Amino acid sequence: MPEKIDTPAQRSVHYEPERATLVRRERFTEQDSVFAFQLEERDSLGHLPGQFVQLFVPGVGEAPFSISSSPTRPGPFELCIREVGNVTRAIHDLEIGDTIGIRGPFGETCDIDRFAGNDVLFIAGGIGLAPLRSMIQYVLDNRDMFEDVAVLYGCKEPEEMLYPGEVNEWEQSDSIDFRMTVDEVPEDQSWDGNVGVITTLIPSLNLRPEQTFTIVCGPPVMFQYVQQELDEKEIPHDQLYLSLERRMHCGVGLCGHCQINDLYVCQDGPVFNYEVIKDRPEALG
Amino acid sequence: MKILDKPDFDQLLEEWIAEDPREVVGPVHDGTKFTFDRLGSPEALRLDYDLTMLSPKKYFFPQREKLVTYGSDNGDYEMMRDWSDESRIIVGVHPYDLVAIEQLDAIFIDAQGDEPYRKKRENSVLVGVTMQSVSEHSFAESMGTARTETGYDLLLTELEDAYAIEIGTEKGSAMLEPAPTREATFEEVAAVEAKKNEVTAEFEKEIDFAPEQLPSLLKAGYDALDVWEDYADGCLSCGTCNVVCPTCYCFNVDVTDYITDDVGGTQRRWDGCLLEDFAAVAGGENFRKERVERHRHRLMRKGNYLYERFGDIACVGCGRCTQQCVADVADPSEIYNELWRTVNA
Repeated sequence: MPEKIDTPAQRSVHYEPERATLVRRERFTEQDSVFAFQLEERDSLGHLPGQFVQLFVPGVGEAPFSISSSPTRPGPFELCIREVGNVTRAIHDLEIGDTIGIRGPFGETCDIDRFAGNDVLFIAGGIGLAPLRSMIQYVLDNRDMFEDVAVLYGCKEPEEMLYPGEVNEWEQSDSIDFRMTVDEVPEDQSWDGNVGVITTLIPSLNLRPEQTFTIVCGPPVMFQYVQQELDEKEIPHDQLYLSLERRMHCGVGLCGHCQINDLYVCQDGPVFNYEVIKDRPEALG
Repeated sequence: MKILDKPDFDQLLEEWIAEDPREVVGPVHDGTKFTFDRLGSPEALRLDYDLTMLSPKKYFFPQREKLVTYGSDNGDYEMMRDWSDESRIIVGVHPYDLVAIEQLDAIFIDAQGDEPYRKKRENSVLVGVTMQSVSEHSFAESMGTARTETGYDLLLTELEDAYAIEIGTEKGSAMLEPAPTREATFEEVAAVEAKKNEVTAEFEKEIDFAPEQLPSLLKAGYDALDVWEDYADGCLSCGTCNVVCPTCYCFNVDVTDYITDDVGGTQRRWDGCLLEDFAAVAGGENFRKERVERHRHRLMRKGNYLYERFGDIACVGCGRCTQQCVADVADPSEIYNELWRTVNA
């Protein structure tokens, strides 16, 4: 029998979005930009790293997005959004000062504080950096709580890089071991770093498996190879977390779209312990 | 237990229809099928129905339901909740549908706090009825839902010239106040019990094992793809089995009432896990791409997933999916029985 999941405490869900204003945006790639929103009636969103919101664009629709900024950084919260559908296209068309609707924050996340006193390893593939960034920032802002911290980040090609300014800071920083790779370098781009898929960064890491907590986010196919490499390093499965993507419509455990077998990504995730999902055949596609 | 003569029951119904601000609905026959619909007069009520097209779930969780209305003043949007809190007096609900509503109450209200559902449910009245006819597709008796002691405000059982009425709640008791009821005699109480038992013999379909065994059967049979494929092969992925089910509650949230850029709303509408793109995400991945995976998911959810989460087996054996499946591959009793034989072979 799968373990019983606790249902959330009594609450009231009325589906009414809160007004928020676009206060800042920055383009990273042709299709990826970061958007910072300020809620009208509250200073901060009050989220945990790894949680998500439902963003509503009037006239277009609503879609779920991971929050890419950490609650340790007050002020507007950030969403890093790839333009792939109607809602995301409409978000990319927003101008500073435009109003949208927000519901949330929603979701269960990993208890980062459980990692205190241990090593933390982040592995991000492509747009997977967006949800992980909230946790990376959180760890950096509480750096004394943790031992060694490493971030592995892989993109398809150099021009696909998200958060280039921050990536540059991480590269320079003494407090984390940051490593990056690109799958390939097209002729019209320049790159003097690693070339190869993200799994090629793992063998050379000097990990202490008994005290390494790993959080992975990327396409499902990436995870399968990453996990094989982490098994080589003997990282226990209950110290391995993943952030999963599904198309939540409600965010509150009802609409059924995000179900992974018996689990709901919107309530039991989006960040899951690998031990919990590894026997759920629908988890990794 | 109260007794109300049939003419007095009709009179009571007339009064509800005329005086209660809530709409009175019940099973009616539209010439070809039974449906829950508005009762214009007591004569329209057909308590002898076997199975309605949809369950009364539609009154608390409508097929389409507005959630939010937005409007703009020069691009500055206001977004307001706009769902209906209309409640109803629902007469003539069979026990399996009462059980299904209890399950939805536990999920929508107790666990998830869904306000659009709660507001409609809270002030509604459920008048149950002991089954008088049994659909050839139903296997409610073997699911333990052909009778129920809970989930109703009032429960009617037809006797010769009167209705025996069991009172489930104070709300139900208040509804009866205007009527000239009397206490039931011992004979009448025994007659009600006999009626409830009588109907249990009329079911043509059943599952071949105790319903409590369903969750573990499904877990054991998850990889019995031959069984799942037997049925999925003919499935048209139309989602009818989902939308007619009294315990299915998946939905989409869409933008609607799209009149201009500046005024509109969102609605939720019933969705179905059998539909091909149900588990697709924006990046192109579809997490239940194969028909057999979606078919299995529906039955796993009914008999295992929701049970593990909320403690109820979410198939009440009503037979609606069987009755309305165009391809004749949806019958849960048939599938569960085949799975039972395979797993125990």
